[in-house]
Amino acid sequence: MNGRVVTITSGKGGVGKTTTTANLGLALASLGQNVVCIDTDIGLRNLDVVMGLENRIVYDLVDAVEGNCRLTQAMIRDRRYANLHLIPAAQTRDKSAIAPSDMVRLCNELRPEVDWVIIDSPAGIERGFRNALAPADEVLVITNPEVSSVRDADRIIGLVEADEKAPAKLVINRINPGMVKRGDMLSASDVVDLLAIPLIGIVPEDESVLVSTNHGQPVVLNDKSKAGTAFLNIARRLMGEDVPLMVLDEKEGLLMRLGKLFSGGS
Amino acid sequence: MASFLDRLFGKSTSSAVQAKERLHLVLVHDRTDLSPEDLKSLKDRLIQVISEYVEINAADTEIQIQVEGREQTLIANIPLQSPRLRRR
Repeated sequence: MNGRVVTITSGKGGVGKTTTTANLGLALASLGQNVVCIDTDIGLRNLDVVMGLENRIVYDLVDAVEGNCRLTQAMIRDRRYANLHLIPAAQTRDKSAIAPSDMVRLCNELRPEVDWVIIDSPAGIERGFRNALAPADEVLVITNPEVSSVRDADRIIGLVEADEKAPAKLVINRINPGMVKRGDMLSASDVVDLLAIPLIGIVPEDESVLVSTNHGQPVVLNDKSKAGTAFLNIARRLMGEDVPLMVLDEKEGLLMRLGKLFSGGS
Repeated sequence: MASFLDRLFGKSTSSAVQAKERLHLVLVHDRTDLSPEDLKSLKDRLIQVISEYVEINAADTEIQIQVEGREQTLIANIPLQSPRLRRR
């Protein structure tokens, strides 16, 4: 195998990097791929709870890099898919505990063993981001249709360009079709116009993301959820499949309009 | 209803349009590390230097950053003074 390393990043915090990493990891595993997810947010680890694997941690990324354990010992096997593993971040150290060269070495070790290495980057543009970017074959930039995250995404895209990586691909997360329709939210095409990089997915705002994360079951496992389907589609596009973009919620728009009609509304 | 009428009569721009316009300007300057003040002073010095060689219409001179995808180009439009108005 010659695994591809995909780094999930955003600049701004809270736009959905960890959610995207967990869901893409599970989606790729459900498609039969061999996957390792790595949490590089040392000191603020979260990918373990989002994936529902927090009780299984013995060793972490820093242990593996420092040689306190073998790499396979730091890989936690997922409870749902045996072909999915997580290397959790260390919680009691900081970003300087590892260097970009450590990440390159670690990923080179993983590549022959897996199909995909998905790296969850921390927010920011400092050391942690550099660690996550260094080994990447491909970079997915996550943004929300909102001014500050789009601005930060643009900065990140520039840094990826400057690092002579392949052009980053864009995921627009938490888009609210009703607000877009009312002209109160940037549309996906607005964001693509501004950032001018290829779009690999649009994920609608969806309450089931929070509910499923509460259970430690990423939303992609829920096949009734729109956001889950959107993440699965991104995974399929990563695998080279030509999946059309989802049509966002005509029905909800109609229901909302009917609702307004009955409430005599503005 | 108010917002609908506003839009019908073109009274207000939607917040998304505003967001896009503001972001467009911010991104141009973020990417080039050139503030609007820098651009103004660049324009003033350009006018000064070019005027040493040829008489130009300083009032109508324009300088701007044109965006095409992720490529940016500095465009200067410098009209020369029409011959009739030339000093000599």
